[in-house]
Amino acid sequence: MTGVLTDPRAVAETVTDPELPMLTLADLGVLRDVRTEDDGTVIVDITPTYSGCPAMGVMRADLLHALHSAGFDDVEVRTVLSPAWSTDWISEAGRRKLAAAGIAPPGKAPVRPAGPVPLQLGPSRRTAACPLCGSADTVEQSEFGATACKALRRCRSCGEPFEHVKEI
Amino acid sequence: MILHEETVYEALDHAHGGEGHWAFGTGFDEPLAGVDTTVPEGIDPADLGAYCLMLGDDALVLAQRLTQWVTAAPELEEEVAIGNTALDLLGQARLLLARAGSVGVLGRSRTLATDSIPDEDALAYFRDPDEFRNTGLVAAENGDFGQTVVRLLVASTVRLAVFARLRESRDPVLAAIAAKGVNELAYHRDHAARWVLRLGDGTAESHRRVQAGVDAVWPHLADLFTATDVERRLTEAGVAVDPADVREEVVSVLTQVLDQATLRVPEWPADTPPRSRTGEHGPELSALLETLQGLARRHPAATW
Repeated sequence: MTGVLTDPRAVAETVTDPELPMLTLADLGVLRDVRTEDDGTVIVDITPTYSGCPAMGVMRADLLHALHSAGFDDVEVRTVLSPAWSTDWISEAGRRKLAAAGIAPPGKAPVRPAGPVPLQLGPSRRTAACPLCGSADTVEQSEFGATACKALRRCRSCGEPFEHVKEI
Repeated sequence: MILHEETVYEALDHAHGGEGHWAFGTGFDEPLAGVDTTVPEGIDPADLGAYCLMLGDDALVLAQRLTQWVTAAPELEEEVAIGNTALDLLGQARLLLARAGSVGVLGRSRTLATDSIPDEDALAYFRDPDEFRNTGLVAAENGDFGQTVVRLLVASTVRLAVFARLRESRDPVLAAIAAKGVNELAYHRDHAARWVLRLGDGTAESHRRVQAGVDAVWPHLADLFTATDVERRLTEAGVAVDPADVREEVVSVLTQVLDQATLRVPEWPADTPPRSRTGEHGPELSALLETLQGLARRHPAATW
């Protein structure tokens, strides 16, 4: 297929997350930068969500595929580790899309300043409104869900289980 | 050359030489691709590589131990939790082994079997047990679920304390890996701590078994807090953390959890030189590595 050259950023911003396909990598805050070097090479910076995120390879390949298909022949996808990704990087649009898909978006990520990290021995203080009925009366079922980035909750009002992108 | 792949799988393959090498994650996702791996002035690359192996091997070996619970955990949710924890640690291991590789730790140990695979894979799959630099704490057998969560509590408490300080490391790559790891490790530690509370302050049987787990894990605290020469030199250079400096924090966190869990804190073992950090391991590490490495070593050029 012969692509039409447009803005590489616009192309990169259409690529979606392999695990949360309702979100683009831009919504997720994984896409950090898209720029074109003097020699025409397109450089794309992405950052991993979790250190072990198994989707990074697919994200990289999806970006290459989209940009190559749009006619950009020389593309380099680079990893950026700093500043570390947190759920605060998920955009407002991303949060709305998550909720619309029945996944509770994350609240504010915990701040971890220099120095020892305090222990949290009590029950998890995370809260999330039910994305299905809106009730705030929900309970955490499991701190880990089907992917590293999600916890499992249940709504006490409508009884439905739902996933919650946990704050990290 | 114009590349217009039809599918993402073709793109994955094409992006990495088109040889279809997928075995052992070969080549299609290098964790430090594009990261500036220049070593700052005044840091000895050999020391930095050795230190990254210590931190990376701790994560790799503990990830492998935790993975042994998959299909065998007491409940499905916990199996998912343990699997996810292992995955985070595996990710940290990949970054750290890739960092070690980027400063040349493989050097002359590259062989025909390993010269076509990424450094992280060569380090994970083709080193012998005496080349591993993990502590005895992470290599020990899982024991029952109580002992497993106690070990996870101890290991993640120590690692979190070290990583929190490494965020200030003079090596920017190590500092970035640590900053990322802190969020993950805080989650692991709190999860393990809540299990120790639930089991310790649970039934008589759960209390008895988790106390036995504490007693079994405690001797491994002996060799966690004495710096190796590499750690000492790198601490002076502002790169590493002297493990002696995290001892007080670790004692405080573990005592707090055990007290609240109504568990007895065993006598703290006397510090001993960290023999496992210099490659002296028990047979349990060889057995674990046989499972981890067997396939890669028997079929070094395998593709699928």
